[in-house]
Amino acid sequence: MKRIEALNDFVVKFANVNGSGSASANELFAKSFLRMGIPVSPRNIFPSNIQGLPTWYEVRVTERGWLGRRGGVDLMVAMNPQTWAQDVKEIEPGGYLFYDNTKALPQGRFRDDVHAIGMPLTEICNQTYTDSRERQLFKNIVYVGALASLMDIEPGVIAELIGEQYKGKEKLLKPNLNAFQMGYNYAGEKLKGVLGLKVKRAYGVGDRIFMEGNAAAALGCVYGGATVCAWYPITPSSSLAEAFQRYCSKLRLDPATGKNKFAIVQAEDELASIGIVTGAGWNGARAFTATSGPGISLMSEFIGLAYFAEIPAVIIDVQRGGPSTGMPTRTQQSDVLACAYASHGDTKHVLLFPEDPHECFTMAADCLDLAERLQTPVFLMTDLDIGMNQRLCKPLEWDDSRQYDRGKVMTAEMLEAGKEFGRYLDVDGDGIPFRTYPGTHPTKGAYFTRGTSKNPYAVYSETGPDYQYNMQRLLKKHDFAKTLVPKPVLTPANEPARFGCIYYGSTSPSMTEALEALAARNIFVNALRIRAFPFQDEIFDFCQSHSKIFVVEQNRDAQLRTLLVNEAGINPASLISILHYDGTPITARYITREISESVSALNVRPIKRDKAA
Amino acid sequence: MTYVAKPKLHHPTLAKNKVGYTRRDYEGKVSTLCAGCGHDSISAALIQAFWELDIQPHRVAKLSGIGCSSKTPDYFLGNSHGFNTVHGRMPSVLTGANLANRELIYLGVSGDGDSASIGLGQFAHVMRRGVNMTYILENNGVYGLTKGQFSATADKGSKAKKGMINADAPVDTVSLALLMGATFVARSFSGDKKQLVPLVKAAIAHEGAAFIDVISPCVAFNNHPGSTKSYDYVREHNEAVNRLDFWPSRDAITVDYSEGGVIDVPQHDGSIIKLRKLDSSYDPSDKINAVSHIARAAEKGEVLTGLLYLAPDAEDLHAHLNTYEAPFNRLGEKELCPGAGMLEKINAAMR
Repeated sequence: MKRIEALNDFVVKFANVNGSGSASANELFAKSFLRMGIPVSPRNIFPSNIQGLPTWYEVRVTERGWLGRRGGVDLMVAMNPQTWAQDVKEIEPGGYLFYDNTKALPQGRFRDDVHAIGMPLTEICNQTYTDSRERQLFKNIVYVGALASLMDIEPGVIAELIGEQYKGKEKLLKPNLNAFQMGYNYAGEKLKGVLGLKVKRAYGVGDRIFMEGNAAAALGCVYGGATVCAWYPITPSSSLAEAFQRYCSKLRLDPATGKNKFAIVQAEDELASIGIVTGAGWNGARAFTATSGPGISLMSEFIGLAYFAEIPAVIIDVQRGGPSTGMPTRTQQSDVLACAYASHGDTKHVLLFPEDPHECFTMAADCLDLAERLQTPVFLMTDLDIGMNQRLCKPLEWDDSRQYDRGKVMTAEMLEAGKEFGRYLDVDGDGIPFRTYPGTHPTKGAYFTRGTSKNPYAVYSETGPDYQYNMQRLLKKHDFAKTLVPKPVLTPANEPARFGCIYYGSTSPSMTEALEALAARNIFVNALRIRAFPFQDEIFDFCQSHSKIFVVEQNRDAQLRTLLVNEAGINPASLISILHYDGTPITARYITREISESVSALNVRPIKRDKAA
Repeated sequence: MTYVAKPKLHHPTLAKNKVGYTRRDYEGKVSTLCAGCGHDSISAALIQAFWELDIQPHRVAKLSGIGCSSKTPDYFLGNSHGFNTVHGRMPSVLTGANLANRELIYLGVSGDGDSASIGLGQFAHVMRRGVNMTYILENNGVYGLTKGQFSATADKGSKAKKGMINADAPVDTVSLALLMGATFVARSFSGDKKQLVPLVKAAIAHEGAAFIDVISPCVAFNNHPGSTKSYDYVREHNEAVNRLDFWPSRDAITVDYSEGGVIDVPQHDGSIIKLRKLDSSYDPSDKINAVSHIARAAEKGEVLTGLLYLAPDAEDLHAHLNTYEAPFNRLGEKELCPGAGMLEKINAAMR
């Protein structure tokens, strides 16, 4: 029988029962590779459930540093009888099945082309522990110990991690170390040489950090000066607001008084969340909300008001699949159009697309600047894959000389000096008017804020020319935003390329890997990662200079493609969609296959290396 | 009246308050509401109250929802910032504004459609949170701008101008505000300025969620026989539980206490609310009693007015959230950004 032999490059998947305490053990497993200098990319696949339903944790060990989901499983740790059949099916031929053999299973439950590794986990735990919860919890640590032995994970690394996790909780430290050692010893004695997946210390991690995108975005809001956060719980964004609370309670206390330099309101719904953000933005505080698709739907009326009344607001959309429960705990990029055009009337909004936690941090802070500079709602378009999984990324960076861009705010001194104030007057040709904070001056600069019906001086007006002046100015402002938002990132192919590829957000790591796989097949593609909407001229030029452009997205309706056609004037015939929307993160294998097939269908012979210029 | 521009020049002999403003400095644009609209009387009462309290107009932020009532903030305090927000969602915007700058005075103006129909949720939750504000509900039981539909405060059995009888139970906003945690709850009548002005002043001085439901007849769509929100009906059925005098500071108290039934209620800011009891059985510091009293009056078709509830130990949202003293909108990177050094530590903890 074939046997997968791999060093520092394989996929392990844990099939667990939700609520069984497996998450922290699995995370411990994933982190142990990092401590050995081997990059790793884990992913949670979890149900809309607290306890009882199946949950999976997939760990890609990858010395090359490919952080996208690979697809396929080399070792399945099958701890959930409910999903046994489906889990066994997923293993690559020649792969491994690690399972609890306390109770013998009929031969028919196994596969001929998969190596089964049985270990009596339940029996071991029942013998050692009397408490039923302990039996369950330590079972997870026992299997981590066994896997460490089987894979040659350095036991000292795990001991160190356990030590960090239970620092100051000596009562828990020792039993965890014991459980780990028990599994390690058992496998060392009884399961020698059964697993072909091994690890060896490497130097692929460097100074990178391992962090969830939601935590990074929350920290970006702390650094970016957000003082008001209003939110309503919704998966997969809830952990973002909770992380903001956590960071603020450490980083935003006034040392002298112990008072909070932040206010967090868990509102009654998303309408109130965005209302609170709008009110705070109107009054000059930096404010944000975190939500997901259904929240965007509910917020849409307010988003329109904030757009027309020109009020800064930051909305972080951690995207997921559609309404209700179930798929919503799976990742997607399916709110692009809902956000770009959110609300009634003629509206267009600024969107930023982070690729990883590092950019979640940077862009969250950028969004707060952009919202105040542009006096408009700005969206940070992250997703579940980035938001709720720990991802290896560059360390977070902050320049202490950076000043918050508060935008055009007219002060009492400016008003006193006689500077003309027209709340909706374009004074600098960029479409952005000055605003005043309420309470600025006793007799100058007050205005009445309305949605649409006003002249440049915020006086009530229903006349056509006043309305059109305002709408054209908003368009000019939107156009000006192109000069402020992050530019696209070009990855040129190593050989002259006729094809282009556009991608964004969490597709990034899989795309990078796919580009290399395609090049190995002599398919050369120039790739452009879009980081913001409105689209800069570089994006138009990129499309013009390629005969065909693949647009890779994680949604059904090719939403970014629609936006490219609508807003950048790209010829739709030149855009070929590569779409992935089954709820799992897109893989390099998928992109490679789709683009390869598409290229051969286009009847184009790959450029031969030796013929290239 | 819409067509007549207001003269900008004021008469030199107009009386000025302690901060140097005449009453006219508290006015706004000319109202575009119907002649005789109760809402205009409320605007006048607000002007009077702010002038008498010596509050500089620009220290007030006026927020409203959508509807006839929500248009009125344009008609008073012309030197204050105003915000005509989203239908039924003024409370959330006011909450956010209040969090951004705790030093201003927040006035929320809403109507019965805005607060009791589309906005019932936000109405309830803003009271729960104890946002420091004066929330005026200009209650006429009817939709004006869309021409005469019942709102959720219309009494069961009351008759619309076009003849329909309302079959739905009414939302009683004062009871709801009380139960949700408002710490100052009153009801008044737009036609009774003597009662309304002191109530508004006391509400402004109150540090917490202050709510006044003001019955404000709609002369165009709800002032006919069969309506329970008409001038005639409210005048006939108005049952005031108390009369209120408001004293801006403790020093200014010069009244004699000889008259019976007067209670002093000191406020956080040093002002004193003096309550003159009209109904000896009514105790506005007893929440449970207030709720049952209001319900009993409603059974009898009476409109119970006056200060219905005042919590002695009110707290506001900023106290609940333990927020910093300086307004958030004045804090910059120096106060808010933890800096690169701290970020290095955070990075180190994630390796």
